[in-house]
Amino acid sequence: MNPSPEAGAKCEVLFTVNGEAKNVLAHPMERLLDVLRNELELTGTKEGCGEGECGSCSVLLDGMLVNSCLVPVAQASGASIVTIEGMSAHALMHPLQEAFLECGGAQCGICTPGMILAALHLLEKKPEPALADIREGLAGNLCRCTGYMQIFEAVARAARRRVRK
Amino acid sequence: MTVNHIVGASVPRKEGWDKVTGAARYVDDMVLPGMLYGATVRSNVARGKIRKISFDPSIAWGEFVLVTAKDIPGKNCIALILDDQPCLASETVNHAEEPILLLAHADRHKLRRAVDAVTIEYEPLPPVHSMEESEQQSTIIWGTDNTFKRYLVEKGDVDTVWEEAAHIIEGEYFTGAQEQLYIENNGVIAAFGPENGVTVWGSLQCPYYVHKALMALFGLPEDKIRVVQMETGGAFGGKEEYPSMIAGHAALLAMKSGRPVKIIYDRMEDMVATTKRHPSRTRHRTAVSKDGKILGGEIEFTIDGGAYATLSSVVLSRGTIHAGGPYYWPSVRIRTKALATNTPPHGAFRGFGAPQSLFAMERHMDRIAQVVGISPVEIRRRNFLKPGQTTTTQQVIREEINLNHLLDRALELSGYAAKKTRFAEENKNGMRKKGMGIAAFLHGAGFTGSGERYLNSLVGVEAGADGNVRVLVSSAEFGQGTNTVLCQIAAEALGLPYESVAIAQPDTTVVPNSGPTVASRTAMIVGKLVQSAAKGIKETLTKTGVLSDDYTPEQFRTACKQYIAAHGALKSYARYEAPGDVYWDDEKYRGEAYAAFAWAVYVAEVTVDLTTYAVTVDDFVALQEVGKVLHPVLAEGQITGGVAQAIGFALYEKVIWQNGRMINNQMTNYIMPTSVDLPPIRVFFEELGNVHGAHGAKGIGELPMDGPAPAIVNAVEDAIGVPFHSIPLLPEDLFEALRPASEQEAASSTRGAA
Repeated sequence: MNPSPEAGAKCEVLFTVNGEAKNVLAHPMERLLDVLRNELELTGTKEGCGEGECGSCSVLLDGMLVNSCLVPVAQASGASIVTIEGMSAHALMHPLQEAFLECGGAQCGICTPGMILAALHLLEKKPEPALADIREGLAGNLCRCTGYMQIFEAVARAARRRVRK
Repeated sequence: MTVNHIVGASVPRKEGWDKVTGAARYVDDMVLPGMLYGATVRSNVARGKIRKISFDPSIAWGEFVLVTAKDIPGKNCIALILDDQPCLASETVNHAEEPILLLAHADRHKLRRAVDAVTIEYEPLPPVHSMEESEQQSTIIWGTDNTFKRYLVEKGDVDTVWEEAAHIIEGEYFTGAQEQLYIENNGVIAAFGPENGVTVWGSLQCPYYVHKALMALFGLPEDKIRVVQMETGGAFGGKEEYPSMIAGHAALLAMKSGRPVKIIYDRMEDMVATTKRHPSRTRHRTAVSKDGKILGGEIEFTIDGGAYATLSSVVLSRGTIHAGGPYYWPSVRIRTKALATNTPPHGAFRGFGAPQSLFAMERHMDRIAQVVGISPVEIRRRNFLKPGQTTTTQQVIREEINLNHLLDRALELSGYAAKKTRFAEENKNGMRKKGMGIAAFLHGAGFTGSGERYLNSLVGVEAGADGNVRVLVSSAEFGQGTNTVLCQIAAEALGLPYESVAIAQPDTTVVPNSGPTVASRTAMIVGKLVQSAAKGIKETLTKTGVLSDDYTPEQFRTACKQYIAAHGALKSYARYEAPGDVYWDDEKYRGEAYAAFAWAVYVAEVTVDLTTYAVTVDDFVALQEVGKVLHPVLAEGQITGGVAQAIGFALYEKVIWQNGRMINNQMTNYIMPTSVDLPPIRVFFEELGNVHGAHGAKGIGELPMDGPAPAIVNAVEDAIGVPFHSIPLLPEDLFEALRPASEQEAASSTRGAA
């Protein structure tokens, strides 16, 4: 059985979120997702399944794309975290947001924050992704509205704009 | 006045920026002071009498708020159509996961443990778990005959066609349950005050459905119930009727505790307890002439409604009317029924019965083609409905639709002929077989028959002294683009920039009842009313002499200011008026079923891998005539999204039932398509226009759910020559069908012995 989220005494966890130092008091096994949403009121990170399947809770943790529903907050100690609210914390965030808006990459919007974080992670690794790279890079993020086509277009558009610059 | 082109342009989604920056507020993002969390204790048997409820003494129950059916001040039902579904079961349960008790506590972790610490004992009653058992009626679980609703459609004299038929072709087709799988689970927050009554904020499609249900549940007048729609993270029909249930639960806990209560389902609870697409069985018996013309036929369409009536009668209606496809039937008899079984009620899901009966129709057309000895293309050409002809309900096709033209274009766009030739050659070798499949279909927009007349929708538009305009509708945005499209229509009608028009958050104290956000009715029906209401604003201003016929946005602003200073609020309302030429007979199920149909021909290209038994869709062409496309990017997104869901319906998404309960209620083992599973979905539109819709728009949202499944299964048959009649079609189904008969027998006898 998984340890209960309240297991262990509350402890202080220090990390950086979107470039700002944060200090929270939390049980070590609390989900990073809950700490971001409830303690830090960063509700842009969404919960879809709670088991790491849908990717709606994706954030960057020291540059890695993680499902924040699967990360105990203690594991984030000392880490640098980027969420959808971190527009100024990452140069790629704004171009991706614009491209998602233009191309129809966001419909109901619930998967969008996670999807944009996954796209951001992809473009960091592959600045000029082929369609197959985009499909692969977003495979951990489920979208039920778009059928993904307009999301692929948005990611490709953001990549093209960045390369042109 | 400059001519603007807001309608037809891909303007930015109204709430788009909030969505891409994470600022959009969904219900789980909202916290109220002193708020408790609520949870539901559910039945773990499919049918039985509740004998005893015990509470584990290790829990400090005094800390919890507990609600049972006895706490319901009004009627213990979820008011909808027949009002047969209780809000909380009190004596008997009729399906697994039926709500019995509600608990609330400030600590979510304690709440979860408390739910597990309630034990309910039952006296079991025999359950019914299939449509076959239900129709045998050896166990009666609902009414006198386990049947929620029946329809009979009759056209011509079908009994005389069998003798003259060159071929009589029979077939039986099945579709499975499908989970809507919106990524945001069901959730609400409720508050209660003795003066204001009940307020609910929720993830929902139909604010006034919830409003009606809460009035009955609490026995309160309409002004004591307030329902507010929060940003909604996908719905697809799955938030049409169920929000009334969860809203009732949260509101009961709020009333008892005197504090706001939030209930957010987790994924497992949402999947196991809430509605799904109705499973179906369709039987066709068709009389066909020597040259492949349909002479007449009998269609039996049956759906599994689950334990309560909920929306099954309406889903059945749409499935019934679409059962004949886009073909001309000189005579037909369609008998349909919705049956009760002891599963959670099945409900609304994009397409609403049509994907089920159209799957059967389009598979059956390929079967007819084979028997007659002509191609799937030719059989459709010879039977397509033409303008002037009538549908199965004897609705005259008045639009100048040319289905042959749609078919030709779809074949060309998909490279159909060349690929058929190439695949026939290539399939002779290797383990990967390729095939092409077609589906032609139609989808009626708006409520069926007299439905729009009963809805009697009301829409408002208001202008402020600053010249900004606000659209007042209960139509909800849940991804499909309601906010954007209705603002486009209002801006166009008033000759104002798109930026000057906003839409009110659906709140029953602010917006009138413009009907539910369902049935592909928003752009067409509500859109037309928004257009009328907006024109009303203009007329008011010109009639009072503060605005000339030709004006700039500046002049409009000045006129609004002048008018409001002199007369007060500037609002205009428009109410639905049924077109004079729409005739419908509810008794005979005959007449103008829909004000307009959208038409489509889809083509699927698939590969069947005989090593892995996997089917992949390699290319998908979706060509449709949907009237005027109001917003190209949104419209395309509706089609790609619908096609993706329908590919899931055809090839991936299988609900596994055990004793009437879904046992694969996780995203881990209920598989929806990911970004690597889908083909390029290529979307094309034709725009004929439609006199009943705003700017000639028709419904679009549900259409793409109808065609992909039969197109894909037709393509699988084209690839390997094996017909399948049931979806979802999983690799294990192909494996079972393709291995030698001797092995299949051996396997089944082994299983029998074990």
